Amino acid sequence: MANIEFVNVGRTFRQNDQDFVALENINLEVGDREFVAVVGPSGCGKTTCMRMAAGLEHPTGGQVKVDGELVTRPGPDRAVVFQQFALFPWKTVWDNIEFGLHSLRVPAVDRKQRIEQHIELMGLGGYEKAFPHQLSGGMQQRVAIARAYVLDPKVLLMDEPFGALDAQTRVVMQEELVRLARRHPRTVLFITHAVEEAVYLADRVVVMSRRPGMIREIIDIKSVREAEEWDALERIEDVMDQPSFVHLRTRIWKLLREQQGGDVH
Amino acid sequence: MIAPPLPPQKFWLLTAIGALGFLGLWSGIAASGWVQRAFLPTPWEIVARMADLTRDPFAGFTLQVHLLSSLQRFAMGFVLAVCVGIPLGLLMAWFRWIDKIVGPLFEAVRFVAPIAWVPFAALWFGTGIGGPVLIIFMGAMPPVLINTYRGAKYVDRKYLEASSMLGAGAWRGITQIVLPAAVPSIVSGLRISAGLAWQSLVGAELIVASSGVGYLMVKGQAGLSTSTVMSGMIAIGCVGIVIDVLLRKLQQTIETRRGL
Repeated sequence: MANIEFVNVGRTFRQNDQDFVALENINLEVGDREFVAVVGPSGCGKTTCMRMAAGLEHPTGGQVKVDGELVTRPGPDRAVVFQQFALFPWKTVWDNIEFGLHSLRVPAVDRKQRIEQHIELMGLGGYEKAFPHQLSGGMQQRVAIARAYVLDPKVLLMDEPFGALDAQTRVVMQEELVRLARRHPRTVLFITHAVEEAVYLADRVVVMSRRPGMIREIIDIKSVREAEEWDALERIEDVMDQPSFVHLRTRIWKLLREQQGGDVH
Repeated sequence: MIAPPLPPQKFWLLTAIGALGFLGLWSGIAASGWVQRAFLPTPWEIVARMADLTRDPFAGFTLQVHLLSSLQRFAMGFVLAVCVGIPLGLLMAWFRWIDKIVGPLFEAVRFVAPIAWVPFAALWFGTGIGGPVLIIFMGAMPPVLINTYRGAKYVDRKYLEASSMLGAGAWRGITQIVLPAAVPSIVSGLRISAGLAWQSLVGAELIVASSGVGYLMVKGQAGLSTSTVMSGMIAIGCVGIVIDVLLRKLQQTIETRRGL
């Protein structure tokens, strides 16, 4: 079962002889093939949570486990999609996607097939030999997503993946990700500060408080989404028009507002 | 206020004025006899001497053969510095323990000027080729090592995180991620290094028995032929410029390929 467990997780930093608590008392389980979004004000530690699941940072208290195993270091079983893409500029699109497959010791023939599959999946046909700097932001992030998906990871960790894109590209990418997520469900932990994005994409939304970051509330979206049949609507603007959508979105906004003087989008 | 760039014609005009002015001043001082003719030949005399040297051998060979001989030693020392400096710089940047061991040793040796290695080289290699190569190596190594190290150490963290997330270990991390990321810094190090290596040449050839531009200059000095010595200097200067221009082109090519 590819799940993510945060058990009493805390993260304290020491700066200038002072301890400051970034995260406290984080208890969360992301179930197998569940899409969980985490929203919260800037600096609440939501990205830190994702990085701990990725193995890029370590909790000072508690444990983070993936598939029952303690997370100690990064690896291709916990694929990350970064906000700044982090594609290797000196490698082509093809080589960027292929890079992780070498580590997994996938034989050459299988590699080719898997990469081609994912190039098609992410609409990157014809760009195999292009370099990242020749692509638009949206295309680059598609490559980053392909690079993560091709690994067939246990969990997918996405750190504000559409944050660096312009508003229109962002919407296109959200629609594509939803299509992808419904067709090929995976365990996903998705960090964002955009509430609408979270409600649109996720099965559950975790709302965090201002520093010290704690879980304020966890809101179930899936049951509403299924009851109201959002997925039958083709376009994102139609979904976001639904009263049930607006209600959830407003509820989360209000929760975020309650943080004294927090910055909320 | 920041001045706008000079248009090309103006630039070349100013350069020409500067060069001609300098030559005029030189010729004037030389011709006036104010400095003894033996110590300051006119520019024309030097050009004539250089032409002679390309036809009539001096100290064993013509000027161009001496140059070739020097270039060989330069190439050997420089290539050796690159082959040692780049891998070492990468390893030091990746493995902290290697940095801690090699770093202090390097710092201790680094400030010894290449020419100060001449006596040591003479003891070890006599007049063999090892001598000049060692001295040129000592001049060329530090910039290569330092620039490689710095380029590797300051690779954007997001690439390192992506690399380890994708399961790459030290070998692939260093060769496929850190090395390409550090290339602009490395190439800039190569440029500096080539310049220093070429400059170390004369010192390197003090202990050489038979050929080379530095050797030519020493023999010229021994024969009190200032024009020979200065011919050597000019030849060295010209070749130095060519080397630098070639490396600058390389640097620019790499930068455009990267989309920088």
